[in-house]
Amino acid sequence: MQSLKSQILEILSEDCRTPLERIAVMTGSDLTQVAEAVEELERDRVILQYSPIINWDRTDKERVEALIEVKVTPQRDMGFDSIAGRIYRFDEVKSVFLMSGSYDLMVLVEARTLKELALFVSEKLSPLESVTGTSTSFVLKRYKQDGVIFVGETTDKRMVVSP
Amino acid sequence: MSNRFVNPAVAQVPPSGIRRFFDIAGTMKDAISLGVGEPDFVTPYHIRSAAIDSILDGETQYTPNRGLLSLRQEIARYLSDRFQVSYDPEQEIMVTVGASEAIDLALRACLRPGDEVIVPDPGYVSYAPCVTFAGGVPVAVPTKAEDEFRITPEEIEQAVTPKTRAIIFPYPNNPTGAVMNKAQMQAIAQAAEKHDLLVISDEIYAELTYTDDEDEQKIAFSALPGMKERTVLINGFSKAFAMTGWRLGYACAPKEILYEMNKIHQYAIMCAPRQGQVAGLQALKKNRENGYEDVVTMRRSYDRRRRVMLDAFRKMGLSCFEPRGAFYCFPSIRSTGLTSEEFCTRLLKEHRVVCVPGDAFGKSGAGHIRCCYATDMNRMLEAFKRMEQFIQSL
Repeated sequence: MQSLKSQILEILSEDCRTPLERIAVMTGSDLTQVAEAVEELERDRVILQYSPIINWDRTDKERVEALIEVKVTPQRDMGFDSIAGRIYRFDEVKSVFLMSGSYDLMVLVEARTLKELALFVSEKLSPLESVTGTSTSFVLKRYKQDGVIFVGETTDKRMVVSP
Repeated sequence: MSNRFVNPAVAQVPPSGIRRFFDIAGTMKDAISLGVGEPDFVTPYHIRSAAIDSILDGETQYTPNRGLLSLRQEIARYLSDRFQVSYDPEQEIMVTVGASEAIDLALRACLRPGDEVIVPDPGYVSYAPCVTFAGGVPVAVPTKAEDEFRITPEEIEQAVTPKTRAIIFPYPNNPTGAVMNKAQMQAIAQAAEKHDLLVISDEIYAELTYTDDEDEQKIAFSALPGMKERTVLINGFSKAFAMTGWRLGYACAPKEILYEMNKIHQYAIMCAPRQGQVAGLQALKKNRENGYEDVVTMRRSYDRRRRVMLDAFRKMGLSCFEPRGAFYCFPSIRSTGLTSEEFCTRLLKEHRVVCVPGDAFGKSGAGHIRCCYATDMNRMLEAFKRMEQFIQSL
């Protein structure tokens, strides 16, 4: 049997606005049990935030994004954590991952304009002491993110009534 | 007029009662349908992909009449792994165009003119007409909400005559969502033995059962002691793997019966489409390797929506027994004072929600409606809102 917590995570990962009452019905549990489990998941920082997936391209917000491959010199005793910390504290930085392969950190950066983003790289990221090289690629089109397909329409192709 | 060419025996069978609703609903733009009888998942990508590869590789030829041997072997493994029954892929398994063809073949291969076939009522719309087309006589045996729509040995006993040849055993059930556990199946097995009946066990929904003990239901009827020699097991890929449009099913039966079924299939159909068979092979193989991931994921999702739908109907004041199989709820709408037909027609016209009247599945379905919870959660919640408004307006 799947544990209540893993059921809750599955349900919330599909729709984080699912009310606790409905989660209780969906899992056949008491409301108090569900509320406690969710509280614990939040307290243990398993659930960090409830946020929507937004297709910004359909809004009038000006926005550019880039994936930056960053090569760094790891530091004694700190490995990559210290330099990663320097990088992820910038507001422009949306995600930072330590990677295997030919570079060390993958940094996802967001800015309003191309120029702003370029300036971020040249003035803030590259000058960091341990950073030995960067390679910036701009995001041109978003097809799918976090399991959600951004392009086209998904329609129910079933007939309305069938045996 | 060309009516004179039409066989009156065919003409007297009415078309499916579901059809009319389809026609009305088709004219409405924003109707929400709880009237479908198929998964809302698309066939998993790896399965679709396998079929595409096979087309690109030029696999466009006939297959053996009984289906690709590799597929039959995989079906045999699947049935023994999941449903505790073993069949010989060479002689006891054949692949058909959907489970529907398999039902038709079983009836045509076994019925003699005038043979009676016990058909639980309410039941899937095809059974009774297929019995008639095969020259038999369907005998409806009512199942009741208070028995959770299970067929009982007593009811079989009452319906049996010297002409009774077979019983159709369709559990988990469409439209009611009823399931039968092992002990209850054993009682039916005894009755079948006593009257020497052939059992046509339609197990198309076998993967979709929702019990606290996840494995409680996982036994084929033919796995019961002594039943294999009198059972035609019918199953397919439509419900378990969301593959309705591929039309891929199979029948398993003692070799003497299967031999005759295959003869009809051989002359009438030749073989099930090759790409469907390739896709089915991929579905079974991959799922055997990964612990039936596709099936488990979809079943979990149905189960959650099942609970939400049941809860919603009970809150609306409709009495509804808890369905533990398939993906339907079958609530009673008697408390509204309307017939199923009136309820569904008005609900559709006034509130744009499609449900299927229970009596489309046989007389005993009267006073009920069939609602499918293989429906997007948000659309389903909107449908409940509209239904509640409708019931309050009565």
